[in-house]
Order: sequence, then C-alpha cells, then structure tokens
Amino acid sequence: MSLPLPLPTIDPDTQPFWDGARRGALLIQRCRDCGRPQFFPRPRCVRCGGSIAWIEASGEGRVYSYTVVHRAPHESLVPLVPYVVALVDLAEGVRMMSRVRAADSGVVQIGAAVRVAFERVSDEVTLPLFEVVGP
Amino acid sequence: MTEYTLRGQVAIVGVAESALGKTPDRTVLSLQQEAALGALDDAGLALSDVDGLFVSGYQYAERPAVLTAEYLGIQPRYLESTNLGGSGFVAAVERAGAAIAAGLCETVLICYGSTQYSSRTRALGGRPPEWSYQFEVPHGPALPLSAYALAATRHMYLYGTTSEQLAEVAVAARQWAMRNPKALRRAPLTVDEVLASPLISSPLRGLDCCLVTDGGGAVVVTSAERARTLRRQPVYLLGSGIATTHEAITNMPELTETPARASGALAFARAGVRPHEVDVVEVYDSFTITVVLTLEDLGFCRTGEGGAFVSGGRIAPDGDFPLNTSGGGLSYTHPGMFGIFLLIEAVRQLRSDCGERQVANARTALCHGTGGQLSTAATVILGREA
Repeated sequence: MSLPLPLPTIDPDTQPFWDGARRGALLIQRCRDCGRPQFFPRPRCVRCGGSIAWIEASGEGRVYSYTVVHRAPHESLVPLVPYVVALVDLAEGVRMMSRVRAADSGVVQIGAAVRVAFERVSDEVTLPLFEVVGP
Repeated sequence: MTEYTLRGQVAIVGVAESALGKTPDRTVLSLQQEAALGALDDAGLALSDVDGLFVSGYQYAERPAVLTAEYLGIQPRYLESTNLGGSGFVAAVERAGAAIAAGLCETVLICYGSTQYSSRTRALGGRPPEWSYQFEVPHGPALPLSAYALAATRHMYLYGTTSEQLAEVAVAARQWAMRNPKALRRAPLTVDEVLASPLISSPLRGLDCCLVTDGGGAVVVTSAERARTLRRQPVYLLGSGIATTHEAITNMPELTETPARASGALAFARAGVRPHEVDVVEVYDSFTITVVLTLEDLGFCRTGEGGAFVSGGRIAPDGDFPLNTSGGGLSYTHPGMFGIFLLIEAVRQLRSDCGERQVANARTALCHGTGGQLSTAATVILGREA
C-alpha cells in the first residue's frame, strides 16, 4: 500500500538511515570511542565527540509513550484515523517516533513489546514502523 | 562562577494589547503598532524614547525586528529577533534587561502580532519534515499537539493523572476569563463539557487546547532609575532563567521533566524568592497538560502531584493559588505565541489594574513561557519592590 505522506527531507547526515530502511535494515549509530548509541544521526558522538559507526538495530523495543491521533494533520492520513503514534525505546538504548500498526489501537500500551516492520511509501522512502508483539 | 546582576535593575513600565480575536482587516504589523503605541502611552513614553526593539515572530519575516522598526518609523540601536517559541517574550525580558544593564540601550520595546486566525496559518502538521523532524512528521503526529499528548499519556501512566484533572485546568481558565472583558471565551464551562469535546490526539481533547486567534501585545522595559520617573508603578525584574532540553519531542530525555525545572530554579535562586512567596502565577497553557507539568517543575507542587494540585478549585478564582488570571491561552486569547500576554497580565496584577479578577495584595508574580514541543522554557519573577 502506498501512503502519500509528507516525506522526509533527507540530508547527508541521515541518508544512510533511509538507505538502510529501503533495504529493510533499521540503522542507528554507535560511538567508536565511548560506545554510546545515538539517534538521530550525526557524524560525531554527542557525548565524547568521537567518530561513529552505523550498526543495524535488532528492531526490538518497548513503547515509552503513545497517542492516538483522531484528527489527521495531513490529508493523506485521513483514511488511517484513528492511528497510534508512539515513542519507542529500542533495545539498543535509543528512542524513535513511529506509527504503530495495530488493528485495535487499544493493544498499544506503555511498556508493550514492539518490533520493526517496513512500509514502502515511495521509490526513495521506506518508513520503519512498529507492530505490537507482546504485552 | 557567574553572578546575576539584573535583580531590581530594570522594570516593566508599560503594557498593552492590540485588538484581539478576529481581525481580518488587520496586518501583523498594524497589530504590533497598535500594541506598541498602547504600551508606550501606558508608560508615558513616545516612540522617540525607544532605542531597543525586540520582535519575535515566524512565517511573515526574515528579520522581524528590522521590519517592525521600519513600520514604526524608528531606528533603534539594539535589535533582537530571537525566536524561542512560546517562551520567547518571557525570555526577552531577561535579554532586554541585559542589554539595558550593559549600556547598549535604555528603553526596550518588546512586541508581537499575529493574524494566525484570519490567515489560517495554524496547521496541526505545522512542522516541515526536515532535520530531526524528518523522523517524526512522516509518521503523522499532529504537531505540536501530539507532542504534549505523548507527555500527558506518560504522566497519566506514571502518576495516575486523569482527564478530569486536566479538564479542571480548562474550567478554571474559563472562570477567570469570565472576569476578563477582553477574553474571547466567556461562557460557563464544566468538566463534563471538556470531557465531551472530541479527542484530537489522545488523551487531549478539543477543549484541552488553547484558542487560535489574531492579536498582538507589547511591553516596555527600561532601567529601574528611569522607571521611577515615569507615570506608572514600576514592575521590577527580580530573577529570570532560560532553558532548553530538545527541539523535537523524540529527543526530550524524559517527557515528564521539562526545561521549566532549570529555568525555574535559576529564576527563583536569582530572585531570592521561594515558590510560596509568589502571589500570582501566569504560565503558558498551550494545552492543559502543559500547566500540570509546569507547576510541578517550577516547584509549586511535587512531581506527580500536579493533577491533584489543579483540582478542587485551587487554581480558579477564589482558590488559594491564583493562576492564569486573564483566562490564559485556553479562554482569553492565543495568537500563535502567548508569552507577551503572560507579562501583560502579571504587570496588571502587580499594579492592581485587574478589576473583578484582581488578586488581593499581589506583590510578587511569576511568568513562565513554554515553547516548541516542551522544548524551551523561560521564567521571570517580577515584583512591586526592587
């Protein structure tokens, strides 16, 4: 299914993340010097200034918080209403915003286990989304 | 070690709003001019006295202060257009004070205007999908509302805060607005009516959200020395603080720990004032949850107790914690950024200009602005005595 969503303005810092998503990999960064995981992408570690490496995340995480959107901010999202937008804490220790695919928005709770899924929205952009896999 | 040297050194000497509500025949700049002339008249000053100009705004100009200076027909020697969002005008008092204390200028005009209602520029998707927002906007959050909703969900989960408690914030604001002739919404409102309004981004409903209006406001700041020669009771700056923790909500370290913790701690310490010594409190009520989070983080109640604190009429007229006495962004006016109106109301309370909604014996006030997605915070503590 193709979603004509507002697409990300990809920049040189973030290109590898979106390239990874297009091939089904959820990429985050880790500092080569201090080991701190990092998201969103930047070329240097925000803790120690060290250089970073891209790593593939497990795609496993838990819901930190969520909201059910009833009034879509963009016309293309109207057919999806109501839909869940969550902040997901990945097992690797970084946080991402994501729509959570769920037949029933009631299953999305803080602490729920989620796993990444990928949704192609254009030739250039595949969005990493999450699905609930456990309580 | 840095030392704060602004305490009692500068004062607000004039305040005014422009026309508020729906102003389809007005421009951003004409609203600013109306408010500016009103505030200068309130102070007993003229445009020729203004040598510093602070204008914050967005969407309509690259250099807001320069454009406004041209429109007002003045050539100030100090200009600022920093935009911190909703905390901007509270922060501007600190910056104006610093500029005056440094001898860069003597009399600063801070002004704002917006036609966001009439020009329909307020959109729930109102952030371009770029920079850190490229990882949010494609997922469909209604920004900034959904960011605050995420914080509300988390606060409810951690502390048992309820939708009824959030509704109490909107109901109290309405009760204050009923005593403010300039407020846009003055019909009685109940908790049940708030809870019956449509969900927009859960748990926040339509009546948990601030208004969308046109309007402008202006504040004049000058040295304490000059303030004492002017027409009105000076309202002195006692302490101030500015803080940020993130831009996009994903990058906020904890959703229930806002930058108000840092800005409030700075302002109280610099003023030498404690929370229980504040007589009237004006905090940005972009959404009902914003008020709960802010009161906790400023130290007026303990973390997690904000929901209970705002309940039972405590923050309503005749309650023991006078809050948002104008009716706030929820019921008085909200032209995009509310910060300037926090200052206007606090000054009026400290001058005993508030008629039916006057807080008895108000000597010390606190204003707190919140900007972005809980991203920025600015606190000032103001007093009748330097």
